[in-house]
Amino acid sequence: MSFNIVVLAKQVPDTRNVGKDAMKADGTVNRAALPAIYNPEDLNALEQALSLKSKIEGATVHILTMGPARAAEIIRESMYRGADGGYLLSGREFAGSDTLATSYALACAIRKMGKVDLIVCGRQAIDGDTAQVGPQVAEKLGFPQITYAEDILNLSDNKITVKRRLERGIEVVRGPLPMVVTVNGSAANCRPRHAKLTLKYKHAATPSEKQEAGSDYTDLYDAHPYLNITEWGVNDIEHDIQWLGLSGSPTKVKQIENVVFTAKESKRLTASDVEIEDLMKELIANHTIG
Amino acid sequence: MNNIFVYLEIEDGIVGDVSLELLTKGRSLAKQLNCKLEAVAAGFKLDTIGAQVFPYGVDVLHIADDKRMAPYTSLPHTSLLVNLFKEEKPQIALMGATSIGRDLGPRVSSALFSGLTADCTSLEIGTYEDKKAGKVYENLLYQIRPAFGGNIVATIVNPDCRPQMATVREGVMKKEIKDLKFVGKTRKLELSKYVPDTDFVVEVIERHMEKSKLNIKGSPIIVSGGYGVGSADNFKLLHELATTLGGEVGASRAAVDAGFAEHERQIGQTGTTVRPKLYIACGISGQIQHIAGMQESAMIIAINSDPKAPINAIADYVITGTVEEVLPKMIKYYKKNSK
Repeated sequence: MSFNIVVLAKQVPDTRNVGKDAMKADGTVNRAALPAIYNPEDLNALEQALSLKSKIEGATVHILTMGPARAAEIIRESMYRGADGGYLLSGREFAGSDTLATSYALACAIRKMGKVDLIVCGRQAIDGDTAQVGPQVAEKLGFPQITYAEDILNLSDNKITVKRRLERGIEVVRGPLPMVVTVNGSAANCRPRHAKLTLKYKHAATPSEKQEAGSDYTDLYDAHPYLNITEWGVNDIEHDIQWLGLSGSPTKVKQIENVVFTAKESKRLTASDVEIEDLMKELIANHTIG
Repeated sequence: MNNIFVYLEIEDGIVGDVSLELLTKGRSLAKQLNCKLEAVAAGFKLDTIGAQVFPYGVDVLHIADDKRMAPYTSLPHTSLLVNLFKEEKPQIALMGATSIGRDLGPRVSSALFSGLTADCTSLEIGTYEDKKAGKVYENLLYQIRPAFGGNIVATIVNPDCRPQMATVREGVMKKEIKDLKFVGKTRKLELSKYVPDTDFVVEVIERHMEKSKLNIKGSPIIVSGGYGVGSADNFKLLHELATTLGGEVGASRAAVDAGFAEHERQIGQTGTTVRPKLYIACGISGQIQHIAGMQESAMIIAINSDPKAPINAIADYVITGTVEEVLPKMIKYYKKNSK
């Protein structure tokens, strides 16, 4: 029996290293100016998917990502870690999408994949921290959702049991498949797999990448079809253009500001006994402490 | 019609602080927009909800009281809001940026095709000009939020779709009672009109919720540590100082990520927002996302070995030194001289 798992993943700018040219004049993100990484919680999601794959006979794991050509990197990385393949959804029609337009595009792509039993994704991406795409994809597909998942505990009789990690505790819930599960950073890390997989998928590429490289390895890809990463443009999915990109995005960015805090006049002290004692004396005297 | 709606988070019959904070904000927005403030309560045994929320100036309270609505699950609460919103056409809908609000909000927004902005740090009313379309929109909700790890602040608007939806974290807005004697209208909802039986497909098998032991938000003194503290062991010094002064220990995101402190101690845009009487920042360089969560502290002392740490700019006192040398001196002096 087949069991098809789709992992929604995103290549994100590493927001820990943001420079001055990170934003474009129109208020959208200048992705080209930033180092791109695999969104951390999507790796937690991939781990959940791979661990199910190892337990369920005939299970497959495919990555779906929307982004520019170079986002194929995270599909390859997923394959090194044990995924069976992936789909890159790419094209200028998708540019400027907010979470809702993104979810619509992803849902259209998932419908095109045929039978999908389980969708997993990270709870949120570090570039926006919105946590919206998972639930919105679920709604678009009419699937139920389990968010904040820490561990998929069981999968049987067409039902999935999941432990959730919430602010003040845990919850174990059970629901029917197909289901969308969004995975927390507190879940198991995606451990590196066998190095052989890296060798096996080293040359995996999208049609654009093959074209870009100008390489004539047609034979290689004919002989090893698993090296082909599927690339879909807007015409490959059934869609209504008004729900894509900017026109499909109800939220608009009005303004972007750099954050500036008003500086105070501070008193500078050294760590000497006298200066610390004077400070403490002052704090006690003005009832800040004590 | 076209009022402001707040979704109430309820645990054991008690409305959460985050919802009361949103009601307070909702009340002031409603005054500005000259509309009403309405609240939605969904759960079981909700008899006391009215008494809890009316003092915050709720004009209409919608109640969906049904055993199956508690504990929270996504689908029935989504259907309730979606169908109620289709009927009532609110202009603004607010919910907590919690594991409930962030599960519910996106699903509702997708079903209604209305824009949702997560984790807003400020909500204002203003005008928006769409230059391309040559259209001016009056009285839109400015949904202001940090983006990009806190390096920028974006103002988001939803010009055409309603409701304008936003989530806000606990502690970001202040809760304030408007009038203890105020009583609004209560409207009991017939659940079957809003929620189909087929929505009850996800069952909660087990649930362990703890009342948070920490009260960082309410502590008058916070001793907070960053990555510069160096180790979980050095963090013990912070705990000692906090206990001595009668305060709580907070942490920056970097310190939490490094495993020096628990996640619930995190202060900043992605943690708790605090406004204590005294904030002692130890080994915190001062990432914007951290500063945004503590800059309203009445007094800030920064202890840092780097004399150029960004946090120094907003500190009242800057002590150049390490945590290991400064904190023991503070503890020693206080123990000797207090009382």
